[in-house]
Amino acid sequence: MPVNYYIFLSIALFVIGIIGVLTRRNAIIIFMCIELMLNAVNLLLVAFSKVHHLAGAAANATEGSDGQLFVFFIMVVAAAEVAVGLSIIVMLFRNTHSVDINFLNRLKH
Amino acid sequence: MTITQLLFWILSILTLFSALMVITSKNPVYSVLWLIVTFFTISGHYILLNAQFLAVVNIIVYAGAIMVLFLFVIMLMNLNKDTEPQKNKWLKLAGAVAGGCLLLVMVAALRNTEKQMAELVTGDIGLIQNLGQVLFKDYVVPFEISSILFLSAMVGAVILGKKDEHSPVENEIRKVEATQEAMNI
Repeated sequence: MPVNYYIFLSIALFVIGIIGVLTRRNAIIIFMCIELMLNAVNLLLVAFSKVHHLAGAAANATEGSDGQLFVFFIMVVAAAEVAVGLSIIVMLFRNTHSVDINFLNRLKH
Repeated sequence: MTITQLLFWILSILTLFSALMVITSKNPVYSVLWLIVTFFTISGHYILLNAQFLAVVNIIVYAGAIMVLFLFVIMLMNLNKDTEPQKNKWLKLAGAVAGGCLLLVMVAALRNTEKQMAELVTGDIGLIQNLGQVLFKDYVVPFEISSILFLSAMVGAVILGKKDEHSPVENEIRKVEATQEAMNI
């Protein structure tokens, strides 16, 4: 499968995530769109790692595994990010009784 | 068209459709469920690329842990109804147009890249054995640092999510105790 298809698929996923961030007001859905964008990048990293593996497998048997490890680390960071971000959203909800991001300016009170 | 190509197209269409449903669903719970579908199809892509370790981790970490966390938060805050108020239609349109422009620019920029092939069902770098060899040889330090990151994220989440100690009842009790002490003295 040509890697171009994966590039276009990942771009489409990423753009869907961006549109979600721009158009939705619910903080939780914005957060989920960020996860969607992270996954688009992950998919592209895996596809590129397979391309590099195909190109350089003769010289180095583990050629291209760096890309998959990057995906692993992105998942690790995303899990930590979700834990902190969701607790921030819970705190926002306690303060404003809403998760609408238009009310974020009330957090200072 | 071979079976793997057919699978690729089916998975791609499913991925894009469920991703679109994530951002168009009014109910946040439906968004979460569609996002889980998206993660499963992306895991299907990983299996197609013979990256089994990442496919399993994607299902366990994303669909299993992170999405359950989202669902818990939505259910605890009682948001599983259409709470989003009607808002400016032009704002929505502007967001969609901006995203479409980005899509157009990126596709136009990457249209003429050289055709390299990504190997689909063969290759064994995605297996746990090979990834583990590289992870614990070349990437030991980032691996350990990520554990510190997890620890700090856990502490931060607990501190942020903790309820305010001074609830109204406690304040009242404290006030009464203070006056009692003052009267005793």
